[in-house]
Amino acid sequence: MAAERKTKLSKNLLRMKFMQRGLDLETKKQLEEEEKKIISEEHWYLDLPELKEKESFIIEEQSFSLCEDLLYGRMSFRGFNPEVEKLMLQMNGKNKAEEVEDETVELDVSDEEMARRYETLVGTIGKKFAKKRDRANYEEDENGDIKPMKAKKMFLKPQD
Amino acid sequence: MAEAAAVVAESLAGGRARAARTVLDQVVLPGEELLLPEQEDADGPGGAGERPLRLNAGARARVRVVCGPGLRRCGDRLLVTKCGRLRHKEPGGGSGGGVYWVDSQQKRYVPVKGDHVIGIVTAKSGDIFKVDVGGSEPASLSYLAFEGATKRNRPNVQVGDLIYGQFVVANKDMEPEMVCIDSCGRANGMGVIGQDGLLFKVTLGLIRKLLAPDCEILQEVGKLYPLEIVFGMNGRIWVKAKTIQQTLILANILEACEHMTADQRKQIFSRLAES
Repeated sequence: MAAERKTKLSKNLLRMKFMQRGLDLETKKQLEEEEKKIISEEHWYLDLPELKEKESFIIEEQSFSLCEDLLYGRMSFRGFNPEVEKLMLQMNGKNKAEEVEDETVELDVSDEEMARRYETLVGTIGKKFAKKRDRANYEEDENGDIKPMKAKKMFLKPQD
Repeated sequence: MAEAAAVVAESLAGGRARAARTVLDQVVLPGEELLLPEQEDADGPGGAGERPLRLNAGARARVRVVCGPGLRRCGDRLLVTKCGRLRHKEPGGGSGGGVYWVDSQQKRYVPVKGDHVIGIVTAKSGDIFKVDVGGSEPASLSYLAFEGATKRNRPNVQVGDLIYGQFVVANKDMEPEMVCIDSCGRANGMGVIGQDGLLFKVTLGLIRKLLAPDCEILQEVGKLYPLEIVFGMNGRIWVKAKTIQQTLILANILEACEHMTADQRKQIFSRLAES
């Protein structure tokens, strides 16, 4: 039965780029290390102890980011740019390696967008159940959103 | 400062290398040699202190030391190449030795790998943009080095746009190259900086001072009114606020705060807060 047997993907297939995008950093590192192990056995290296003695233990770096703990370069204050403020917390938090104590539930869809969708949702579902004559009342906006139904035309009694 | 200069002149006249530990936070001049802590025993004045004889004098503990900007390796010693104050940072994670560097002041930026900078797009040629970062050469930025960019989906970058990116290649032999994504392929705030705002240039030391973790200036500025700032390590700052006047006030404060004392700064901020 097809349900009993699990499809096994070959190693070469898993090593292709489109399969790697879903993996997170750790699994990627592990895969790289495994590949390095396979290669390093065949690598040639110099076995000279005198050369190791002359190897200096002073490393030269020209970057200030090693010397001083600098904050992230983009900043926003008092809510001017909410994305940058989120980034600030993320990047500066990474440097300090602090734990986030209060976890705010992150909304995938903002409230405004939800309200907008519901507004048009009423129109689209309503159109489905409306009779053919009433469907003419559902016009489409320039954006393609369905506008809600206009008032129906009632019988007007003629005035004498 | 007169005492510091006298001490330095003395030691230079004597021709002796000083121990790096004794010169921390003092002014050093180019040409001085500094001894690292392990070498003081061998080179120090003979018999000055009672030190127990080490049996295995040959095998010194090899601690990795990083010499940062303003210092170069000269045999086993450090050679100072810029004038400024010598600083030291203890190692955090246990990989020994720590970092030594010289805190100097300059206005001209030299591209360094890994630095985040603000650049101005000056030309579009084929598949790359030429970005002016204030160095000797314009840096090159490939159009694929943006988040979500593919050969069909090109980023919307025009000549004259401001770019916040980091260097991947920056040495004296090659043209600097920058990108707007990190090693995982995410933008992390890099890319084209938005519309409006004001770009101005300051000294490199001021940028580092403002980006220090406990900077009071930024905390006070943040309380004034809603604003956005981007700092580039090449001495460029971009600011944006709701009105042009607020933007200009902010730019003037940031330029002037380099030469103001803390009291003068507090006066100015209190005056601004009132108005």
